[in-house]
Amino acid sequence: MRFMLLFSRQGKLRLQKWFTSMSDREKKKIIRDMTTMVLARQPRSCNFMQWKDLKIVYKRYASLYFCLGVESQENELLALEIIHRYVELLDKYFGNVCELDIIFNFEKAYFILDEFLMGGEVQETSKQIVNRSIEASDMLQEVRFTDMHQTLQDDRLE
Amino acid sequence: MSDVVEKTLTALPSLLSLDSHPGSAKLSSTSKLGNLIRGITELTSKHEEEKLIQHELLAIKEQVSSPNTTMRQMKELMVRSIYCEMLGYEASFSYIHAIKLAQQGTVLEKRVGYLAVSLFLNESHELLLLLVNTVLKDLQSTNLIEVCMALTVVSQMFPKDMIPAILPLVEEKLNHPKEIIRRKAVLALYKFYLIAPNQVQHIHNKFRKALCDKDPGVMTASLHIYLQMIQENPDAYKDLTPSFVTILKQVVGGKLPMDFNYHTVPAPWLQIQLLRILALLGKNDQSTSEVMYEVLDESLRRAEMNHNITYGLKALTYVVQQDPKLALQHQMTIIECLDHPDLIIKRETLELLFRITNAQNVTVIVEKMLEFLCISEDDHTTIDLVGKVAELAEKYAPDNEWFIETMNTVFSLGGDMMQPDIPNSFLKLLSEGFDSVEEDRKLKLFAVNSYVPLLRGEPGKLPQRFLQVISWVLGEYSHLREDLEPAEVLSLLAKLLDMKNSSSETKSWVLMAMTKLCKGGTDASVTQEVSETYSSSLDTVLRQRAHELQYLSQDPELRARVLPRGANPETLEVDSSLSFLDRFVSEALAAGAAPYKPPHQRQEELDQSKALSLEPYGLSLPISMSSCSITDRQSPTLLSMSSGLSGDSADLSHKGGSSALKLDGVKRVWGREGYLAQREPVEEAAQVEVPSPIQSPGRQGEGDSLHSQTPTQTPTPEPEQEKQQLASSLFVGLASQSSVSLMGKSEPTPQRFRRKAKGQGPGSSFNASEQISSSLISPPSAVDNLLCNNLLDSNNASELAEQTSQLSQRLTTANGTCHTEAELTEPDTKGCNPALRRDNCVVAADPGPHDDPGRLTEVCLDSYLPAELSGLSHSEIAPLCANQSLNLSACHVQKEDSLILVVFIINSSESAIQQMLLQVDSEELEVSCLCDSPAGEMTSHSVAVGQYSLTVKRPAVHVEVVGTVSYQLPAGTSQSLQFSYKVPLTSFIRPFVVSTEEYGTMWLSFSHDTKQNLTLINDNQEPLTATLNALKKKLQLHVVEVIGMEGIVACRLLQDLPCLMHCRVNAGWLAVWLRSPVPDLPDCLIYHCQRALQSL
Repeated sequence: MRFMLLFSRQGKLRLQKWFTSMSDREKKKIIRDMTTMVLARQPRSCNFMQWKDLKIVYKRYASLYFCLGVESQENELLALEIIHRYVELLDKYFGNVCELDIIFNFEKAYFILDEFLMGGEVQETSKQIVNRSIEASDMLQEVRFTDMHQTLQDDRLE
Repeated sequence: MSDVVEKTLTALPSLLSLDSHPGSAKLSSTSKLGNLIRGITELTSKHEEEKLIQHELLAIKEQVSSPNTTMRQMKELMVRSIYCEMLGYEASFSYIHAIKLAQQGTVLEKRVGYLAVSLFLNESHELLLLLVNTVLKDLQSTNLIEVCMALTVVSQMFPKDMIPAILPLVEEKLNHPKEIIRRKAVLALYKFYLIAPNQVQHIHNKFRKALCDKDPGVMTASLHIYLQMIQENPDAYKDLTPSFVTILKQVVGGKLPMDFNYHTVPAPWLQIQLLRILALLGKNDQSTSEVMYEVLDESLRRAEMNHNITYGLKALTYVVQQDPKLALQHQMTIIECLDHPDLIIKRETLELLFRITNAQNVTVIVEKMLEFLCISEDDHTTIDLVGKVAELAEKYAPDNEWFIETMNTVFSLGGDMMQPDIPNSFLKLLSEGFDSVEEDRKLKLFAVNSYVPLLRGEPGKLPQRFLQVISWVLGEYSHLREDLEPAEVLSLLAKLLDMKNSSSETKSWVLMAMTKLCKGGTDASVTQEVSETYSSSLDTVLRQRAHELQYLSQDPELRARVLPRGANPETLEVDSSLSFLDRFVSEALAAGAAPYKPPHQRQEELDQSKALSLEPYGLSLPISMSSCSITDRQSPTLLSMSSGLSGDSADLSHKGGSSALKLDGVKRVWGREGYLAQREPVEEAAQVEVPSPIQSPGRQGEGDSLHSQTPTQTPTPEPEQEKQQLASSLFVGLASQSSVSLMGKSEPTPQRFRRKAKGQGPGSSFNASEQISSSLISPPSAVDNLLCNNLLDSNNASELAEQTSQLSQRLTTANGTCHTEAELTEPDTKGCNPALRRDNCVVAADPGPHDDPGRLTEVCLDSYLPAELSGLSHSEIAPLCANQSLNLSACHVQKEDSLILVVFIINSSESAIQQMLLQVDSEELEVSCLCDSPAGEMTSHSVAVGQYSLTVKRPAVHVEVVGTVSYQLPAGTSQSLQFSYKVPLTSFIRPFVVSTEEYGTMWLSFSHDTKQNLTLINDNQEPLTATLNALKKKLQLHVVEVIGMEGIVACRLLQDLPCLMHCRVNAGWLAVWLRSPVPDLPDCLIYHCQRALQSL
């Protein structure tokens, strides 16, 4: 895998993950190309495209597009299922995930992605295990609450 | 699933104001990030957004640099900076603070810090170095979460040079009690393997342990590494095949925990990964493939049960590489896919059909492919498919007419996008033709016949490449058609010249063709006119062709010499060094012209401003170079080459990439003696490789009309009967094949168009026979066992054990070597054999049991070494291959001036064999038999020894000797056994003792070179000396002289292929420049130098 992008129907980037080293210029170009290409697709066309030497696999979930760039020897159907599994994971974590969850908690979305994919490969295919490890990282649940509390206090102090 | 997210809020602002949304969204919308996001959604213009973000960034900047900001606030600030960067605004001031946060924060803050770092920086960012210490600390933390975070960030981005610093810690994590840590460590190492394979070379054994891990997640992670390594060197991992098969069997059989299922499919990612690995292992290897047939069939069956056509189709594509017959069972599914409205599925189906094509079904399959080509609008697909059709046509064409017609369609559809080697090889085929003269004539005549009407029609619609092919063929072969007047062909060709859209490249092809055709007399007016028009063309190539046409048409005698009709295209000699220009060059130099510098030299001069360091033998070395000043140190050959390149055809030569194309730069008709007496179709063909930028409007128009057709294209449901018919025509020839062909393409039926005089690589068959022995020698690893423990309950375990033992049984019966081995060692244990074998295969954690027979033979074989060699050191005697009657082993002995290959043939059977003949050959090596090759009769349990002296003919990184032993059994049946033996190139290297002066002279005359930076060794000694000594010791190089920070080294490859090496210490590296008169030698040598230094 080379990259994963999440963007809205308006072409606003919601999440970007790069699995290989790339310059900012390249990244910007890919983001621009992907949003224009994917958003221009007719509603009933297939989920795969060719872009340079990469296979682009995308899927729309409500107003959010998930777009994955994989090497051309990769199986595109499997890549599509990777997207879907990621959405399932997000859904399980947030409970009825929606675009707003991802906008406001994008760092969580990144953490979940990091547990699912690593180094450009699927790290763990078991939904349960991924969830368990995310929970393990979140095991400082209480800290999170005090954390929130603190944040509110910080706000008040200013 | 999509329904879950379907209820996503589409109208952002309205919902943002609603505080009723559950969960974290509500919580965050009150935070500062929430404010920012809300602020942005309320804006109406890009300009306003910019203003807001800039304002925001200023605020963040102020806060991050304040000393009073707590880490907690910093975390929140980082999240906001990430958000701003995501919107495309730079927040580089926060990078350093992200690193600080990762360093100093508590676990949760650290997590955000690491995330920010991974989003802000890339692998080469200098700030990343500051992260190394943090990562080191976290890797050693007792907090699992911190270790996880460190491993995650390491796998995302880590400075390549710093890998050694953390490698031991990551490696250690492979033994961590927590599976998540082990899994992440494996993936981190995988990432290291990708970016710096040499760094992790020493931990390959540990990967095996990961493969055997009781946690399926760790095992899956290790497959990524294996896929990569097997891709690079399948032979080294063949022994793992049974392990992979067993894992796949368990996955397919649903033995993994339920939550690995993905919508009822058991672990599809894992399955595909395993299938890929198996495909690589089974490629060109019958015996290994056999091990996997059963499980492949099973996977396929299961996949189909899930009604996922394309998933099954993909798997099928992999399977047919191994066994086309398996495809038969699924033919109706394939037919249905062929009619699928989804183009992607159709395309995949064709891919599958391509793999099962044979001489009988080729017409139907090619027809289907061409049909698809007509509706395809994607360039990438067209290029790919056109190549495939051409390949099939060339391989399986049933007759001339079909071949030419198919190729015509290929040329017109493929247009100017197709791979340039298609027209090239087509022309090559035509010119080489068949062995039968009559067949040959018919093929060429048919081509001519099909082209004339095309030119009479509307040639403007044809792609440039096709026109070039047509002109060449007409120029060469139109004389075969007796009723066709050359004058008519000439006028047809002249018409092409007048077309507006003809590229100048096409025009030069046309002019060439006209040159071949014109005879003077009646044709004179046309040619005269044409040559006059183009002899003043601005295009130098065209102008040259026009002049050639003019002169040759007036001088029939010269024309007959330069362009003889029907000349053999293979007897062509090109003086690629352009040595006939040497005099011209030296005169030019004497007159003060600047000498040519190769591109890399020019580059180096640009890179380095210091005048002294750019010349390896410049003023710092005491070499007498009275005859050659610094500027004219280039060899005459190189100089003349350059002048050739700068000639009128330079533009052609620079466009081609491959080394073969360099010939283009050489003027076609010139040779060592001036004008060449032969014609050269190959080279003309090579010119096609220059992609023509102009696309004929005709082709575009065609594309447009096709485009508009596509949406209306609806598949008509065919009646079942028709499908059956199609199926039978598609799958014909698959079932009847007696031998299973690998790849489905290596057909047993003879190819119609067989390339002449192409050295066939000794490839697959030898590997296969080698494989027989190796798959038996190496035991299945402990994977089976460990996986059993974890994944299976006791019932399953015993079932598995049974399967595995069956498997080994099958192996035994397949080639019988096990029998031999068993008999050799312990003939009386036969009775308890099954139990024994079972133990071997299932437990098999230690490589013990199988080792014994090997060692036994070696001990015995040592004594068979020829007396004159026994005193010298020899490599380990390695078993090559074996069958019921013979056991083959070999080793090599290094002598000062030669390398001897010793082959041992052991007759392990109870009977004598007759007419034994041992033949040894190699692509890269010169093999000469020392004493008489062992031949004739061999009594039972005797040993014959063959000795061969090896020298290098053509350097390659790995060189290989292949051989065949043929013999007759007492019953009279003749048998043969093939083997291959790899010899490291390093064993051919000998020191080359020269003086510094001699070195200097040689350096100038060698033309092939390469440059690279090597790592320096620092062990107390001076690094240059230490490194050179290490190389000297490892590779037997001769150090000629060391002067300051530079050193010169020389070696030769047996017999006498010299290679010189210049080393200079530069910025912590050893900059090495190798030169040799032999192509490829510098590259091979640099490879081995690298290996030698790494292994220290």
